[in-house]
Amino acid sequence: MLARRIPSILPAMSRTEAIEVTRIHSIAGLHASGLVQARPFRAPHHTISPSGLVGGGAPPRPGEATLANHGVLFLDELAEFQRSTLDALRQPLEDGCVTIVRGQRALVFPTRFMLVAATNPCPCGFAGVGDRCRCGEADLRRHSRRLSGPLLDRMDLLINVERPTEQELRGPAQTSSARARERVAHARERQRFRLAGCAARCNGEMDARVVRRHVTLEEAAERALARAYTVGALSARGRHRVLRVAQTIADLAGHGRVTHADLLTALSLRQRGDADATLAA
Amino acid sequence: MNERACDACMARSWLFGHLAGHLDKARSRIEQVLALEEDALIVAIGGRETARLEREFETVDLDAVRSRVLAAGLDSVCGCDPAYPPRLRALDAPPAVLYVAGGLERVVDLLFEEQPVAIVGSRRATAYGLDVARSLGRGLAVAGVTVVSGMAHGIDSAAHAGALDAGMPTVAVLPGPADRPYPAGKRGLHRRIVAQGAAVSEIPPGTSVWRWMFPARNRIIAALAAMTVVVEAGERSGSLVTARLARGIGRPVGAVPGRVTTPQAKGSTALLASGLAQAVRGPQDVLDQLFGSGVRQVVDPRREPPAELRPLLEAIAEGHETGAALARAGFAPEQGLAALAALELEGFVHRGAGGRFRVAP
Repeated sequence: MLARRIPSILPAMSRTEAIEVTRIHSIAGLHASGLVQARPFRAPHHTISPSGLVGGGAPPRPGEATLANHGVLFLDELAEFQRSTLDALRQPLEDGCVTIVRGQRALVFPTRFMLVAATNPCPCGFAGVGDRCRCGEADLRRHSRRLSGPLLDRMDLLINVERPTEQELRGPAQTSSARARERVAHARERQRFRLAGCAARCNGEMDARVVRRHVTLEEAAERALARAYTVGALSARGRHRVLRVAQTIADLAGHGRVTHADLLTALSLRQRGDADATLAA
Repeated sequence: MNERACDACMARSWLFGHLAGHLDKARSRIEQVLALEEDALIVAIGGRETARLEREFETVDLDAVRSRVLAAGLDSVCGCDPAYPPRLRALDAPPAVLYVAGGLERVVDLLFEEQPVAIVGSRRATAYGLDVARSLGRGLAVAGVTVVSGMAHGIDSAAHAGALDAGMPTVAVLPGPADRPYPAGKRGLHRRIVAQGAAVSEIPPGTSVWRWMFPARNRIIAALAAMTVVVEAGERSGSLVTARLARGIGRPVGAVPGRVTTPQAKGSTALLASGLAQAVRGPQDVLDQLFGSGVRQVVDPRREPPAELRPLLEAIAEGHETGAALARAGFAPEQGLAALAALELEGFVHRGAGGRFRVAP
């Protein structure tokens, strides 16, 4: 439910984006009429094949990753997807496009989507809740192996979501999409201003060089980042991602420079809760 | 490389490695098997191949055996050498040769003078067990006590990690060869242990890991340590074997009180109930047992938590373990997340399974 709401807080598509999405949806036969205005939301089932996800077939057709271009690709029960399917997602995530070669022709489909994924902490879903988890050691290890590795390292935010309380379910909504969208739009505006003249249009597209040039940290934030890196809480790739997230938090809060609190918040939004992962160190 | 094993001991060690695949059938009596003379062992295990095995044992090329040890980067020491850990002699069947990854001098440093302590327990420990094991490892290491364990998943690894995190060495006794991380997933931990301390084993390099090697390894842990502490052990845990062996050679055994309803603590709480082990609540209890009450004090190497973070730390200790629970307890999500990261960076809290925070003991 949370994932489905994400397109609603994203800023509206530009005209070029809308045209691109309309063209893709038209190829795939999803399009009715007029220009597509809403950002796409795609939630393929976990039994999907690699070519279903990234595109393929003869003649080549766009996959879910391309249909989600400029929108959200949601993978529910991430641990249930086939390994090969998830591996196929790596290149489109890195490059923002997939290349499909058929005979003499090579087709390039755009895949600039926001990846959102959900999974249970263990096969039974009760890990960490008192003694209720009844998973065997082998199950747990298989589960965490599927989730670990390069894909998870490419995630910017890793958040543990809890069962809401009865009260929260009954009570009024804490925030509305409209209000959130306004904050997002403001943050995007700041980013556009700061990144004027570089290839990146928003924080998520900043590469290491752009981050070095445009992300400035308060001294305390600098120290905390150095500490997280030296104690091994962050990989080099993780450090880069934390900086981008910290800048985004600063943008949302309306700070120019990344404060100590911004950076700490970014850190706590990324670290994994896995007792054994910290042990393996 | 330090090579301090005599020919007779080297040949005996080679024989156990050579017969490794045949010893699983005698797993239940492995202590007696390990105590057998070489000839008797070949007769007992060899069956129809006895004659061939005897011939192989007579003609073993010890130079080749030694060069394999060298190639694996291991030191070796046998029972005839003064560098052999003296506590091992308490065993009925002490290892003929002890192979060391990380340097024989370290083993001499870590296991001779001071009183090493073994911390053992369940592979599938609870978050509480892991916390206690880690804090015992850290507290004892900082007090100058060498932590000995088996590098298994769960409690063993937590104990090693506690010592290493405090910047202190620790000794891992492996079921297979000392240069081979077992379980394989503990490669990173093995590397850290060898870099800061040592990994030891009686199994010659190049041997596969068989089931009998686990109880055999447990006897080495029990013998190397002046005291064995069981943190969490199920009813049929191998850690109970270690505890029994330690008692058998007259070493004190401690057990950490666990929840009586937790299956992983059934064995360790039973040790306490039957009076076979004394209660260990933290590193101080172990130090008191080893050196006399109050002679050595635990020092916490961590800094004091900053005053503004203390209320949050208390709320977590009271059971508000998740971000949402903390929010209900009155901590604003934005500041809460940042404060949690600060506490985590300084090692005051851990994030466990399901994203639940726990106060590090």
